[in-house]
Amino acid sequence: MQRRAFVKSGALALVTLGLSPSFLRRTAFGAQLMNAPKGKTLICLFQRGAADALNIVVPHGDKSYYALRPSIAIPRPGGLSRGVARDAAIDLDGFFGFHPSLAPFKPLYDRGILAPVHAVGSPSATRSHFDAQDYMETGTPDVKGTQDGWLNRYLAVQGTCDECRTSPFRAVSLTQQTPRIMEGATEVVAMNSLNEFTVRASGTQAERLEALYRTGSTDLVHGTGSEMFEAVKMLKAANPQKYAPRNGAEYPRSQFGQRLLQIAQLVKADVGLEIAFADVGGWDTHVNQGAATGQLAQRLDDFATSIAALVTDLGDRMDDVLILTMSEFGRMARENGNRGTDHGHAGALFVIGGDVKGGKVHGKWPGLANEQLYEGRDLALTTDFRSVFSEVTARHLGATKLEKIFPGFSVRSTDWLGLV
Amino acid sequence: MRLASKAFAFAAFAAVSSSASAQTRLDHRELAADQQIIHALNRLTFGPRPGDVQKVRAMGLDKWIELQLHPERIDNSSLDKFIARYSILNQDQNDLLRGYTEAQRERRLVRREAGDTAGRPSREDNMAMQQIALTRRRVMGELQSSRVARAVASNRQLEEVMTDFWLNHFNVYAQKGPPEAYYLAEYERDVIRPRSLGKFRDLLEAVAKSPAMLFYLDNARSMADSSRPRLVSDRERERRTNAARQAMRRRGRPGGRNVPGTRISPDMNEADTAMRQRQNQLRNGGLNENYGRELLELHTLGVDGGYTQQDVINVARALTGWTLRPPAVGGGFIFRPEMHDAGEKIVLGHRLKAGRGSEDGEEVLDIVSRHPSTAKYIATKLARRFISDNPPQAVIDQAAAVFLKTDGDLREVVRSIITSNEFYSRQAFRAKVKSPFEVVVSAMRAMNAQPDSTPRTAQMIAYLGQPIYGHQAPNGYPETGDAWMNTGAILNRINFGIAAAANRVPGARIAAIPGFDTLASAPRQQQVDAVVSMLLAGSVSADTRAVLMSGENPLLANAKDSAGSMTGAAVDDSPGMMANAERGPGNGLRAGARQNPLGRGDTVLPQLRGLAQVIGLALGSPEFQRR
Repeated sequence: MQRRAFVKSGALALVTLGLSPSFLRRTAFGAQLMNAPKGKTLICLFQRGAADALNIVVPHGDKSYYALRPSIAIPRPGGLSRGVARDAAIDLDGFFGFHPSLAPFKPLYDRGILAPVHAVGSPSATRSHFDAQDYMETGTPDVKGTQDGWLNRYLAVQGTCDECRTSPFRAVSLTQQTPRIMEGATEVVAMNSLNEFTVRASGTQAERLEALYRTGSTDLVHGTGSEMFEAVKMLKAANPQKYAPRNGAEYPRSQFGQRLLQIAQLVKADVGLEIAFADVGGWDTHVNQGAATGQLAQRLDDFATSIAALVTDLGDRMDDVLILTMSEFGRMARENGNRGTDHGHAGALFVIGGDVKGGKVHGKWPGLANEQLYEGRDLALTTDFRSVFSEVTARHLGATKLEKIFPGFSVRSTDWLGLV
Repeated sequence: MRLASKAFAFAAFAAVSSSASAQTRLDHRELAADQQIIHALNRLTFGPRPGDVQKVRAMGLDKWIELQLHPERIDNSSLDKFIARYSILNQDQNDLLRGYTEAQRERRLVRREAGDTAGRPSREDNMAMQQIALTRRRVMGELQSSRVARAVASNRQLEEVMTDFWLNHFNVYAQKGPPEAYYLAEYERDVIRPRSLGKFRDLLEAVAKSPAMLFYLDNARSMADSSRPRLVSDRERERRTNAARQAMRRRGRPGGRNVPGTRISPDMNEADTAMRQRQNQLRNGGLNENYGRELLELHTLGVDGGYTQQDVINVARALTGWTLRPPAVGGGFIFRPEMHDAGEKIVLGHRLKAGRGSEDGEEVLDIVSRHPSTAKYIATKLARRFISDNPPQAVIDQAAAVFLKTDGDLREVVRSIITSNEFYSRQAFRAKVKSPFEVVVSAMRAMNAQPDSTPRTAQMIAYLGQPIYGHQAPNGYPETGDAWMNTGAILNRINFGIAAAANRVPGARIAAIPGFDTLASAPRQQQVDAVVSMLLAGSVSADTRAVLMSGENPLLANAKDSAGSMTGAAVDDSPGMMANAERGPGNGLRAGARQNPLGRGDTVLPQLRGLAQVIGLALGSPEFQRR
């Protein structure tokens, strides 16, 4: 198992010299971090449950859309729903529009830093949430034996700056457990919240606990514990007492909103964060998904408000940050008998960042006429998700060994959509 | 006279030599006698309780192991009394599931009748939804609580360890779909536990026919593809179903006559609806390979066991028709010929004749349960659980041989592993890293805790990364240490140890440890010795002992960290989120664990002093993470 070579060998070397590693390591880190060129950060956000792309980025210009969804379609821009104008889609380009709850995204779209991508997804025919999430997180559709996630393979293969590679916070997931997308040989940190990433003991007790893990033994448990104490200290040192979002950003009090706030905290703390991950559920709207209001609308409200707050809060730093959303598949084009939608095929995602070519909807629209649907029921796929992911990793993070990150996929930069 | 004395001498010689050879066998055990006992307790139980070492020593280790291999000989009545007190768990789960499905249907009917067009959930909807969600949460809560309680308090510890092993090997995810939670009580109690040391073929069949697995891996809805012959033709099936529905409707009406316009009873209505739905499914459904694949890949041969994609398909075809009876008519397993693919199949080189019914599936189970790859795969997993993450090949080979020779007698396979010399090797001692479940349960046992009838300890286990029945994918939780040791995880374990010593774990109070009172006022040296002996298997490195004693560590001599708590934006889990917790995958069982069960993140636990501090350090130490 790979460990951060610098920390480990440095520590051991210092021990043999009889010097206290902790003290020296801290100063070494500090000096390194202050001079380190600011690396790039990629924030991946997974909508678990198969988000309904057709009601999120609404193809109001496609007449089949309204035939397929008599009770849950989003009204055309300028149209009225029960006499309420604001229930209509927010027009983007005359053909596509946003679901009204995505209003916080409109200014970002207009500024050119937000790019929706449509008809993108996985070529796999599976409609199993678990399998499809697995395939998207491991980056290997229809292959079940893959042990690691594509983000972890990226971490193993390269980074955006050499010094960043040594930070314990290079890859952080704001989730209870390490998600599949980050599983693998390279160390990542999974934490429920920054608050909780601390040893809940004070004074001598904390010191003694740390001492237990630094008794000179170098096995798996001692090693992991040792690094953990370093990470905790680093976070304490870098974290201001009270974090205040900048630029008037207001994060929702939801779990998702608060997790994005903490990602912002980590970015601004300059701890060498390169990859961040969070997920949000509640997208599996089989029954009564609602239209302009209802279940899906509520999810989108939280989703868009939180992300917009993150973008606002990060301000100028968005030049170095890219947010990539994803969902395991889209939903059926036709509504089902329960005023909801069943599992589908292609979906939509968002790419947001300073170097994104926003202000337009990317991807090739396949149409919603019956013969244009996948298996006669779902939005057809025109862009493989790995194409988008590899463009982002290459152009934003500077990755070059893409065939290692997405094995089995022939990466062709000519096929890229030009998102970044 | 001389003959007699010679005979006597010969007998005496024989006696000496046989005990000498017994002696020689024992000498191959590298561990010292007391270490063997501690090691056996670590591996065959969920951790020693105070006094366990003495009890085993008094009985004799080998005799104790033999007893544990026969759980039926061990009295467990006090645990049984405890389990009997769970109110929901002991109800008929099929009745509960019926209640659930009826409530769902009611909601839909009410909505349709009210002409609900907007799709906005009404207030009544929300309340009904919440009521349903509440009952299901209670089912899950008791399920998880009882799993922990059994691990903590059962006298049949090896049986509990084996149950844990098989529940992981035959993993089922509680959030697969709404009915799943109602299948799990029976799965654990009636399918897995009683067969955990029995014959593998029996266990495999019971799992294959369990509603829990039939639902989880979709075999319940798998049926012959349209291109394949069904055991019962479509026309025949329609005729039979219509006849059955007629008969049922007649039974449900007054006078037993089919008078149109009279209402039929809700039960009959429900069963009728189920039948109608099934007719629709039969017209539209097809083969589902999910269980067929996992049966080969995860349950028997293993991913490298030598099967092909065609084998996967044919196993799935053989198992078509193995499905669920609706809750309205009693639930449970049923074989439906109209779903079964009756064509000929070749599975792992065996030809399954055309035109058969459930015999196809039975024969597949015979084939896979006797396959040499299965013997190897199961032996490897058991050796990994009992010996080390990378067990020596010799003991795996031996166990696999026993598996084949005894036709899958799991008791014998396990015996061959836990009485082997490899089991008692120095490399095996403390070689395993505890899973979160094992950390929490072993701490409770070490502290002589009472089992917890609430779900709170289960929530702690979820918080540490192992929600019970909460593993989405069918491969189950990892069985090796490196998967559990990551930076965030170890932090939570350390904090758990501190919380336990601060009496924050339900049922566990440090004062319950025998001898606590006298020890509390004893000098530190004595406290450390006692804690090391009780909680850390009596052996720690000199460095660790030094730290426990005084906290001085030369490596940290210059570290002058001010300890302060981190502040930052508080994480507010608004109530709105909980309603969504029931919906959709990915939210899993962590609904309860999302709120930190160890308390809010920004509070520092009260400073522990004296003996409590030594205990807290011990429970949070790297040694305690191992077994």
